[in-house]
Amino acid sequence: MIARPRDLRRWYVIGAPFLWLLVFFLIPFFIVFKLSLSDVATAIPPYTPTFSFSTGIVSFFSQLDFENYSFIFSDSLYINSYLSSLKIAFFSTILTLLVAYPMAYGMARAPKAWQPTLMMLVILPFWTSFLIRIYAWIAILKPEGFLSIFLIKLGIISEPLQIMNTTTAVYIGIVYSYLPFMLLPLYASLEKINPSLLEAAQDLGSQPWRSFWQVTFPLSLPGVFAGCLLVFIPAVGEFVIPDLLGGSDTLMIGKTLWTEFFNNRDWPLASAVAVLLLLVLIVPIVLFQRQQELEREAGR
Amino acid sequence: MKGRFSWFNATSIAFGFAFLYIPILLLVIFSFNESKLVTVWAGWSTKWYSSLLENQGLKDAAWVTIRVAVVSATVATVLGTLAAITLVRMGGFRGRTLFSGMIFAPLVMPDVITGLSLLLVFVALGMDRGFWTITLAHITFTMCYAAVVVQARLQDFDKSVEEAAMDLGASPVGTFFQVTLPIIAPSVISAWLLAFTLSLDDLVIASFTTGPGATTLPMKIYSQVRLGVTPEINAISTILVGIVTVGVLTAAYITRRQTNKAELERRRAFGAAG
Repeated sequence: MIARPRDLRRWYVIGAPFLWLLVFFLIPFFIVFKLSLSDVATAIPPYTPTFSFSTGIVSFFSQLDFENYSFIFSDSLYINSYLSSLKIAFFSTILTLLVAYPMAYGMARAPKAWQPTLMMLVILPFWTSFLIRIYAWIAILKPEGFLSIFLIKLGIISEPLQIMNTTTAVYIGIVYSYLPFMLLPLYASLEKINPSLLEAAQDLGSQPWRSFWQVTFPLSLPGVFAGCLLVFIPAVGEFVIPDLLGGSDTLMIGKTLWTEFFNNRDWPLASAVAVLLLLVLIVPIVLFQRQQELEREAGR
Repeated sequence: MKGRFSWFNATSIAFGFAFLYIPILLLVIFSFNESKLVTVWAGWSTKWYSSLLENQGLKDAAWVTIRVAVVSATVATVLGTLAAITLVRMGGFRGRTLFSGMIFAPLVMPDVITGLSLLLVFVALGMDRGFWTITLAHITFTMCYAAVVVQARLQDFDKSVEEAAMDLGASPVGTFFQVTLPIIAPSVISAWLLAFTLSLDDLVIASFTTGPGATTLPMKIYSQVRLGVTPEINAISTILVGIVTVGVLTAAYITRRQTNKAELERRRAFGAAG
């Protein structure tokens, strides 16, 4: 088929971002996978040359080396890192939802004149540096920090709290930094609900609590779903929060990958860790993409 | 409910915002603290800001970070706008699902995976690591955010305006620059600002893709934070928070003015017709 000039222009528009993402987003995953099958070496870059396809199919398969993977599965450190990342991400997603829902609900029901201002107040921390917002919590949570000083002054506790460098600090950090990611989709779906539906439920004798569970909550589910995925997926691979707040007690896979790469300079093992992390996350990522596409179609 | 807050709503909003803002406020206040201890107040001082000005390493890092952010935000906004047009206006084409997957997946992809995979591509391509590899990496992940921001606006506005322009003989390219772009301009500006702040902010991806000689501000801050909390970091953080606040307020102002103007024009048009 010969492309007409109009089609050609169309392909310029599609082609530029498409090619960019192919080269810098999709193909890199294959390189990570390829490297995960090679050995570490003291060289620059620090790994042995991996297999090549030039020597025929039989020797190709004999070159494949799953050593890194068998190592990961034999060492409980890695398995525990994956499991504890999933656990921390799961519970912090639920905590974030519990904090964000009443707030998003309040915002959606606030006077219309207030809503742009409230939205801006949510967006502002969302745009503020992640690293800085985590850093701010160190001064609050450390034993001689603001929280302990405050609670001792109030007479609630007598000894400084030991929150810093525990998993609790990681939960606080994740809930705090991912809260806007939960709030924005929740607010968007709650704000869309037609108030007359609730009035109808009320007119028909439904109690406010019951109208909430039977009308409002089901209609806000797309927002709940999107918000949970936006928090859960990146939280599983989080590095900065467990590193700065969690101390050495908190095992998370993002931190393990970082250590393998930067401290042990074992690029092939770090790649194998990344491949397995991606395998764990592929289902939620596909769900997220489908949800976004549905949202886009519903928006027309 | 109309016109005022209910008791429950006001409380949950107040608690939520207190949670979001108190840590940042404490950080800003204690950047003006006289004492080296960041949790004990000892009077006002701006000495930590003047000591920042003498820190050459920090200034160099800030300069690298700003250059990376300006270049990557600009390219990412162009690519992101094209991607948004593709998603909203191009209908179905072969590879569409793959394309939308590649736009949405980077939004949630953990930074450690994105950083590692980009580094391996740069090594495979034999590129020298440094300023340009960080910039390319930042373009890649910020363009997806830019695409989502522009896409939301493109979806909202009436396609028939574009069709009218084309019926009147405008070329597709002419229609884009004379009709579509002015309408989506506020979202393009927001997209640029978001890409800029995301690039300014990134620690993990930059750490993976950098080479000798290119240290960004977050990398510098991170290495100091690991050594402990200091008023100097509070001061640099306050400056960054200030820049972002001004940026967000400007973007909001532009958007609001644009919407008001559009509203006014619509009313005038209807007024003239009636």
